[in-house]
Amino acid sequence: MQVKIENLSYSYGSKKLKVKAVNDICLEIKEGEFFGVVGHTGSGKSTLIQHLNGLIKVQKDSGKVIVGEYDLTDKKCDFKGLRAKVGMVFQYPEYQLFAETVFEDVKFGLKNFYPNLTEKEMEERIKKAVETVGLDYEKIKEKSPFELSGGQKRRVAIAGVIVSRPEVLVLDEPVAGLDPTGKREFVSLLHALHNDFVKTIIIVSHDMNLIAENCDRVAVLNKGNLVKVGTPKEVFMDKVKVEEWGLELPSTAYLTEKLREKGIEIDSDLTIKGFIDGYIRAKGGEK
Amino acid sequence: MKDVTFGQYYPSHSFVHKMNPAIKILLTIAYIVGVFLVSGDNYYAGFLACVVFVLIATITARVPIFRVLKSIKAIIFFVLLSAILQIFFNKDGTPLWENGFITDKALIASGFIALRIILVVMGASLLTLTTSPVEIADGTEVLLAPLKLVKFPVHEFALIMSIALRFIPTLLEETDRIIKAQQARGAEFEGGIFKKAKAMIPVLIPLLIGSFRRADELADAMDSRCYSGSKNRTKYKKMGLTYRDAISFIITGGLVAGVVLLNGVVIL
Ligand SMILES: Nc1ncnc2c1ncn2[C@@H]1O[C@H](COP(=O)(O)OP(=O)(O)OP(=O)(O)O)[C@@H](O)[C@H]1O
Ligand SMILES: [Mg+2]
Repeated sequence: MQVKIENLSYSYGSKKLKVKAVNDICLEIKEGEFFGVVGHTGSGKSTLIQHLNGLIKVQKDSGKVIVGEYDLTDKKCDFKGLRAKVGMVFQYPEYQLFAETVFEDVKFGLKNFYPNLTEKEMEERIKKAVETVGLDYEKIKEKSPFELSGGQKRRVAIAGVIVSRPEVLVLDEPVAGLDPTGKREFVSLLHALHNDFVKTIIIVSHDMNLIAENCDRVAVLNKGNLVKVGTPKEVFMDKVKVEEWGLELPSTAYLTEKLREKGIEIDSDLTIKGFIDGYIRAKGGEK
Repeated sequence: MKDVTFGQYYPSHSFVHKMNPAIKILLTIAYIVGVFLVSGDNYYAGFLACVVFVLIATITARVPIFRVLKSIKAIIFFVLLSAILQIFFNKDGTPLWENGFITDKALIASGFIALRIILVVMGASLLTLTTSPVEIADGTEVLLAPLKLVKFPVHEFALIMSIALRFIPTLLEETDRIIKAQQARGAEFEGGIFKKAKAMIPVLIPLLIGSFRRADELADAMDSRCYSGSKNRTKYKKMGLTYRDAISFIITGGLVAGVVLLNGVVIL
């Protein structure tokens, strides 16, 4: 499913006290992309992405959002069908757990979207989802979600979202509060998902290293405006601009910058591997 | 969710905002008592005095009048109900038309009942508009201080109150977020009352658990700073009495005295 956003604007508040959170954004995200959204705090990232599954409705005369065959500006749009196709993981997703067992909690979304599945089909899907997020299904299914560790809870919550097999997975700051190992594990989980569960991944993050390392393309928001879209390399090329947007450089871009000052020019895609290859090339060495 | 304005504090540096919260609460109570005392033959004069009082208070508080009036919207049903009951069941006075069931006195009485409720709500909301929740808790603590004599834990009570007030916006925000998270998983919050109640379970349980988590964290944070509501605790911001409190005290006292005198309750 392709995501198409046309001239989207959104304001919070009443007529008297309007806060424009998103301003005239045009954006296209292709099927299969690993897409990043970055921006300073309050720049409108959450507001923008919550449009994608209709949690925030497109305001009157404020542009268009089209996801696959769903036109979200259409009054008759099937939002439930849309939400089955566009999964959304919020910051601290473990806070959405509520059921008595892990099994029941993961089942919640599936049952809401596909009430006609047989028990057996449901169980199969739940098993697949729980295993995909890296948990031992047999061991965990009867446990209460509240007796799990933080990392496990987060995985269960994500299983509860992907169980309905969304085509697009949107994640709003999913690595907040994770330790470096947890972060790394989470990223490899995302890649595993990207390969065989969901087609498109859209991730909001303040972690520029994560973005540079993993995203095909990145959109930068600044005060509600879309100021740049491109590959990490294109986005983080201009140090002055990046600072102006209130962002940090990813480590690879920072090192590229520092080495340039020393007269070493490195051409890379800003992933760690790409950077090292670029460095070796610049030094004239063989791999 | 964000529309639920509790603690609708309207920040400003006006005369009323700078008053001592304890005095403000006390005077608001006095004013409300005053509104309820209005009766007798001269009731219109009494009501007029109250209306003028609340308008002056609004102006000196520099709060837009529509903010004060907004609070009436929430209780409009209650106001109408009381007024209508009065119209139908009050049989005093003469019917407005021949064999009519509505009497002139009933109409006037219903009007004044509505006015009385509106005046009370305006006064109360003026208090919450000009006094932050923390100040209200502080003021309550001062006013309840005499209860310490009977070993009532006044300080703890005020602390619980200010913590509760502090967390209302946080909880609203959290509710908003959980609702969105469950909606993203296909939960629906429309439909009949039974369906709605059932749909609230996936929201209420995480909310409850979150509250316990917050309470735990807060308790730990307070403990680790050695918090205790002990006797010798001093305040960071001392609220003394100023000329503002004196002036307001005199004006409000004048209002209540005036109302009582107009009633003819005090027969000299
Ligand atoms: N419910 C709301 N009511 C009023 N204003 C809001 C609301 N939510 C967000 N805003 C405002 O809209 C703007 C954009 O908010 P948004 O949450 O989309 O930012 P963000 O980029 O996700 O920030 P962060 O990185 O801190 O999560 C901010 O100025 C914020 O104050
Ligand atoms: Mg956000």
